[in-house]
Amino acid sequence: MIVANRKPFEEIVEMVKPYRKVLLLGCNECVTVCATGGSKEVAVLASELRLYREKEGQPIEITEHTLERNCDPEYVESLRPMVGNYEVVMSMACGCGIQFVGEHYRDMRVLPAVNTTFDGVAEEQGVWAERCLGCGNCILDKTLGICPVTRCAKSLFNGPCGGSTGGKCEVNKDTPCGWQLIVDRLKEMNLMEKYMEIQPLKDWSTSHGGGPRKRVREDLKL
Amino acid sequence: MRLTYPTNVKIVKVPCTGRMDIIHMLKAFENGADGVYLAGCLEGECHFLRGNLRARKRVAQVQALLNECGIGGERVAMYNLSSAQGQRFAEIAREMTEKIRALGPNPIKKHGAERRAQSVKNGEQRAQCAE
Amino acid sequence: MSASNLERVLKSGSFAVTGECGPPRGADAEAIRKKGAHLKGYVDGVNVTDNQTSVVRMSSFASSLVLKEMGFDPIMQMVCRDRNRIAIQSDVLGAAALGINNLLCLSGDHQKFGDHPTAKNVYDIDSMQLIQTLKRLRDEGKFLGGEEVKGRPDMFIGCAENPFADPFEIRAMRLAKKAAAGAQFVQTQCIFNLDKFEKWMEMVRDLGVHEKIYILAGITPCKSIGMARYMKTSVPGMDVPDALIDRLKGVSKEKVSEEGIKIAVETIQRVRAIKGVAGVHLMAIEWEERVPEMVRAAGLYPRPQVN
Repeated sequence: MIVANRKPFEEIVEMVKPYRKVLLLGCNECVTVCATGGSKEVAVLASELRLYREKEGQPIEITEHTLERNCDPEYVESLRPMVGNYEVVMSMACGCGIQFVGEHYRDMRVLPAVNTTFDGVAEEQGVWAERCLGCGNCILDKTLGICPVTRCAKSLFNGPCGGSTGGKCEVNKDTPCGWQLIVDRLKEMNLMEKYMEIQPLKDWSTSHGGGPRKRVREDLKL
Repeated sequence: MRLTYPTNVKIVKVPCTGRMDIIHMLKAFENGADGVYLAGCLEGECHFLRGNLRARKRVAQVQALLNECGIGGERVAMYNLSSAQGQRFAEIAREMTEKIRALGPNPIKKHGAERRAQSVKNGEQRAQCAE
Repeated sequence: MSASNLERVLKSGSFAVTGECGPPRGADAEAIRKKGAHLKGYVDGVNVTDNQTSVVRMSSFASSLVLKEMGFDPIMQMVCRDRNRIAIQSDVLGAAALGINNLLCLSGDHQKFGDHPTAKNVYDIDSMQLIQTLKRLRDEGKFLGGEEVKGRPDMFIGCAENPFADPFEIRAMRLAKKAAAGAQFVQTQCIFNLDKFEKWMEMVRDLGVHEKIYILAGITPCKSIGMARYMKTSVPGMDVPDALIDRLKGVSKEKVSEEGIKIAVETIQRVRAIKGVAGVHLMAIEWEERVPEMVRAAGLYPRPQVN
């Protein structure tokens, strides 16, 4: 799922400074799973902001509301009866949701309360790590299920580089070297000779670099 | 045991401190509490195995959040004791009271009780949605 | 006859010596000339680093040209971190056009190590694919997109390999892969752990790679105990044995740099004796003035004139 982090409190405070009546939106999907922007986190942020603003002598009215998803028009439309009651909307949904709400309510500003980061998995409770950056051209069959684009800091297709030490990446000693993982897997599956195959050039035109992407299913359009 | 402890300590009974979530502690401050503490079983003796360990972690998180929003993380604390430790219970109550007294009232109260009541009311509003 | 002096020396069977010049952190070509002056006559080719450790310096291309004008055979280093395949092919054509005929293909240190950690990196292609790119431009006369190159670049293709990085067991295989991709010479990371280097060379020989690619052993003299320690603890992929640090500690403070030079010369002599090693690459960073004495002490002066 999409993983995000709540923005630093000072940044959020600065964004809502001019406002006294805010609709704080959450999302029941990805940001709930990574404990960043679900109804619980919305409640906590709202509470913190009220405490802060009360202390500053500039109380703020915050309405907490969590949508099932922020990326489907049916859910975003459900806000229509109430959105006009607020000066601004602040959203804890991912960047997609933040934008989508803004697209539906043109005279409303939607402020981001989170930094949307990566697409990842839950490695263990409370720990989420990046797995896929959506290159649009999946080669997981060639690398035994480990993505060199995402798991290698340099997206090497014929790694590892000379900075791999003790199975860790030179960029961060807590980050496993993606190519160490691939080599380990090759060993596990008795396919070390595959290591000698030179991976060809990547076609990056299918990734974001090729332009903002879209997918259309004509048969599903009404 | 009929020991005395300060009257300003309001006790909320829960089956396990693990039942306490971050929002409960924050709400207490929103409602004007000057300090909050959790009194849980001794570590290793939680009836629900790890509830008190979760509580401790949540208290640490609330401390960070209270520091962040300027209320002060020193106003929340975690204590561990067994139900047989009546003396300790009273001692903790006194200790926490003294600590909070030294810190002064919850900073949200300096702008008047009226305003505080209004913001609590606002906090309890929920939007009516046409689903 | 190859346009690359380094290639001619290696092909003649002579033990080659290459040096290194790091460009300045400004637009002053004189800084490069000064460094080059120390090395003149003592090396067959000289590497010019490319924004090494992601610290912005005068470009490798420009600095290579300055050294070319001084009569050197520059080995232009090119990293994949900062350029996409369009810029890379463009720079290769430009370099060859201006008489720079050696190119060292590298992935490049991650930008987080340098002075612009907030920069976006490129890594459009990796060092293995860069080697293939050069070979394609030179031998097939084709761009990566398939179009014809009008005026093929004459390039002696080099690469780097680190016998001290993990996983150790694939490091010889990786060199074999680079040779298969088209790399003609390799410069290794600087060697302090000779036992490990010998083990790596054994694995390399087992794969027959020493006959497919010219191997230049990397040598760096330690200026101080602090430098040795820094390399041991803070540079990824460096193997500095405790024995070396102890040896430096064993002499008086004023004699440490001399001891560092001594160790480097001994290392040159030791690697020269290893089967499959075709030369040395001397990286006397910010200490270029000591290269002449090292080359002399190792019995590698004068350098051969091969035409």
